[in-house]
Amino acid sequence: MTEPVLSIHGLNKSFGALKATEDVSLDLKRGEIHALIGPNGAGKSTLIHQIAGTLAPDSGTVRFLGRDITGLGVAERARLGLGRSFQVSSLAPEFSALRNVMLAVQAKAGSSFRFFKPVMRDAALTGPAFAALARVGLQDRARVPAAELSHGERRQLEIAIALALGSKAFLLDEPMAGMGPDGSRTLTAFLDGLRAEAPILLVEHDMDAVFALADRVSVLVYGRIVASGTVEEIRADAEVRRAYLGDAA
Amino acid sequence: MAISRETALGVVLVLVLAAIPYLALEAGKPFYVTLATRMAILALAAVGLNVALGLGGLVSFGHAAFFGAGGYVAGILAAHAFAGQPLDFGLFSVPGTRAMPLVWLAAIAVGGLLAAGIGAISLRTSGVYFIMITLAFAQMTYYFAVSWPAYGGEDGLSLTLRNAFPGVNTMVPINFFLIAWGLLVAVLVLFAALKSSRFGAALQAARQNEVRVATVGIAPYRIRLAAFVVSGMITALAGALYADLNRFVSPSMLSWHMSGELIVLIILGGAGRLAGPVAGAMLYVLFEFALGGLTERWQFFLGLALLGVVLFARGGVVGLVAGRPRHD
Repeated sequence: MTEPVLSIHGLNKSFGALKATEDVSLDLKRGEIHALIGPNGAGKSTLIHQIAGTLAPDSGTVRFLGRDITGLGVAERARLGLGRSFQVSSLAPEFSALRNVMLAVQAKAGSSFRFFKPVMRDAALTGPAFAALARVGLQDRARVPAAELSHGERRQLEIAIALALGSKAFLLDEPMAGMGPDGSRTLTAFLDGLRAEAPILLVEHDMDAVFALADRVSVLVYGRIVASGTVEEIRADAEVRRAYLGDAA
Repeated sequence: MAISRETALGVVLVLVLAAIPYLALEAGKPFYVTLATRMAILALAAVGLNVALGLGGLVSFGHAAFFGAGGYVAGILAAHAFAGQPLDFGLFSVPGTRAMPLVWLAAIAVGGLLAAGIGAISLRTSGVYFIMITLAFAQMTYYFAVSWPAYGGEDGLSLTLRNAFPGVNTMVPINFFLIAWGLLVAVLVLFAALKSSRFGAALQAARQNEVRVATVGIAPYRIRLAAFVVSGMITALAGALYADLNRFVSPSMLSWHMSGELIVLIILGGAGRLAGPVAGAMLYVLFEFALGGLTERWQFFLGLALLGVVLFARGGVVGLVAGRPRHD
């Protein structure tokens, strides 16, 4: 049995009296999509922040690729291969889609301390960046500034950036949010294939997508994981239905 | 490769600047040569600030520290060379020099070291705190110079002669102008290269969205610190030339007025734009001279112009002429 790609153990985070994360443990295995669901305010984003490194947990550990990364910053975790998309898109707005992806290619290639060669004439940057854009279907929008992309296109661009980083695991925070039905379907099909490349921890409100994609589902309520299992198990779980799915049964 | 309007504007402005002293000499008004030299040197200092402020979004209100440091390096080295006394650092001593290339290197080194120290601390803050802490550091250097009697204290330090450049008589105004102009062109080329490089991409992205840069695995702090050091080096080089231009260094080069002046230049010209500092410096000196001759309150009108730019032309003069920046 190989070690999970990402494993979280006994994570706690409080904001004053509010326990946003309470003794959360979960893991992400090679080749799987692990969905994290829960009502608004359950602490899903807080948990993602702690995994990505933007927030420090009060206690607990985060291990990634067999290494304790709890004390590392965002940039260091990203360099190890933790790719992330944001609940609200976070891009360099003045840069074109292409240049946003090129930044990731440049980060992956190593040094940003190169002072003279123009990036736009550097095929080692533009080539992989175009390839990543093409994979998410944004190749025709490559030259458009990120600020002028549609909401859905920005989500796609964030995924292209994570792809270009060659991430070894993806943290996707509501990638379907604000997408039309067509966009959701396309993205669902894309993520379905992506898991073979690197496992995905998926926070999502779109239940169709979650039930179609997830190998495992964990349910977060008031900062605690109340249930964890396969899609069938979660659907059948009475507590989950009561707490989250809104079913009176 | 097609030349962008921004590059074209830069070339035109630099050529116009070069034409001013020749036209002035033709018209028998040598005073304008000094004016053009002042434009070139202030533009050079502002190109330095433009790396931090324009590309990196780091609003440094303390660049006078680097400008003045460069000035004092030139003044002190010349004073020691003139007196034939080496500078004594305790463990070792360094002979003074009047050779411009050596003075420049020393100014760049001192400016870079100072920027590394100030930047390492200041860059842990952001926004208003960054503005205030850079201001505080610069004021510290100002009061240090004021209270340092060895090099003139409050009265400043005079250079008997302009420093020397191999094979050139620098006391001839047009020669000195050409030296300053040549350095300005060289630094503009450097700025353009930096801006389009990987380093420039990371720096500009960090200005737009710090989280994004960290998320792809680039630590913004190191990129910004490097930019701040480069910025301080360029501004210090300008300071050394400014000391030679006036043949005088005083603590006023280190005061916050100077820092503010450099920010005003950049905002007038266009922050982050290649030609911004050149346009800004030319306008500023022109304002100072043309309006300063009419009224002592010329800065009131400068303020009006600045207000106009901030309200109606965010991209400064360059933004008006060359349009919005393109990052395709």
